[in-house]
Amino acid sequence: MIKAIALKLVSSVLLLSGLCACGNIEPWVKPYERQQLADPIMNANPNPVSGAYMDHVFEAREGARGALGGGGGGCGCN
Amino acid sequence: MSPGTNKARILWSIVAGAALALPLASSAGVLPDDRADALYHRYEGGGVTIQGPSVLVRKKMAEKYAVSANYYQDMITSASIDVEVSGASEYKEERDQYQLGFEYLRGKTTYNLSYTNSEENDYDAQTASFGLSQDLFGDLTTISMGFSRGSDKVRNATDPSFERDIDRWSYRVGVSQILTKSLIASMNLEVITDEGFLNNPYRSYRYKDPVDGTRFILAQEIYPRTRTSNAVALNARYFLPYRAAVYGGYRFFTDTWDIRADTFELGYVHPIKQQWTLEARVRYYQQNNAEFYRDLFDFANQQNFMARDKELSTFNSMAFRIGASYEFAQTGWRFVKKGSVNLFYDRIEFKYDDFHDARVSQMLPTDPGYAPAGSEPLYEFGANVIQMFVSIWF
Repeated sequence: MIKAIALKLVSSVLLLSGLCACGNIEPWVKPYERQQLADPIMNANPNPVSGAYMDHVFEAREGARGALGGGGGGCGCN
Repeated sequence: MSPGTNKARILWSIVAGAALALPLASSAGVLPDDRADALYHRYEGGGVTIQGPSVLVRKKMAEKYAVSANYYQDMITSASIDVEVSGASEYKEERDQYQLGFEYLRGKTTYNLSYTNSEENDYDAQTASFGLSQDLFGDLTTISMGFSRGSDKVRNATDPSFERDIDRWSYRVGVSQILTKSLIASMNLEVITDEGFLNNPYRSYRYKDPVDGTRFILAQEIYPRTRTSNAVALNARYFLPYRAAVYGGYRFFTDTWDIRADTFELGYVHPIKQQWTLEARVRYYQQNNAEFYRDLFDFANQQNFMARDKELSTFNSMAFRIGASYEFAQTGWRFVKKGSVNLFYDRIEFKYDDFHDARVSQMLPTDPGYAPAGSEPLYEFGANVIQMFVSIWF
């Protein structure tokens, strides 16, 4: 089970990396067109210490967990 | 080959495969800015108060390396419904968590390592994580992957001889994609496997008293020794023309205990002039129960596995947030490039569909609020969560 999952994950990364090697894809949003995306209000996790705390608040009280885009870890506490 | 050896080989194959797959590009990515945060948090709800500090410092060196350290503390005072039903009195405990992180940037690839240690009087947890991310396609796309390995020790404050282990594995992949000049989206997937003593040694399930069916008897929960969960999340963030941002997300979750959960989130960020930023968010969560969960079992040892943890029941929660941030020293002050003070308030309402308020059937039948076991009102409670913090960039 775990092996199958791990193989799928590795395959996904290999596929994406392989795509990268296939040639230069022309970026449709040029670097000089990204000032809006670079605005601090567009940061998905502007306050890491606060984001990690709220993730913990919910995870400790809910059955669901994971896929929060962070680095993982946590206390595993009940 | 032992399962442990097999899993270790899988982990190494992930790392080796990813390292070989990722091209070592020459142009530079960027590490996060140097910053320090000092946060006070307070959670109050359902008879539980948890508060404490969290302090994070992050510093980069030579634009290639970054180190971070975080100290987090929970000071807990609990007289939750589970504590009350068990007949125990309010208890206090403390959890201290230390995390050290290291990042290394090479070309467009960032590698990160972290180690987390969490300690309570009756629970220790250690987690090591490795991850990497890579910018692709003119930096329109960022892919990331990582894994964590955790090892917990579960003890029981009332039984010094009791000690059990939990092993945890987590595998993550993610992709973040710039879609337009004002829209960015991401998808994250995570698989987590736990193996060991997964129930709380203090928590009980309840079954009907065979002598008096209007009463119940408590007995220690029994959980399976393994659990594997899958979660996939989609998130998007859009820049509005008048300089504000709206964001939304959805997460789908399933696990081998038959829990299925959905999480929806919608938020809005609104800057005012140069110094203020206001935020509002609503989050809705729902799940169905684990297959071995029951509010009231018919008799003792009715099944192989029995749980009455309300986190494994069918329930939903609705969370509302308002927050404000104020930036100071925007033009710099001594070694500080800028700073901010922040206040966030979240209100969370939990409503349980198959977890009854067992305190009611513990009353005397002559009490006005009394109801027999199994027909008590459904439990619900609200929680207030406050965060106050100061951040400085240097």
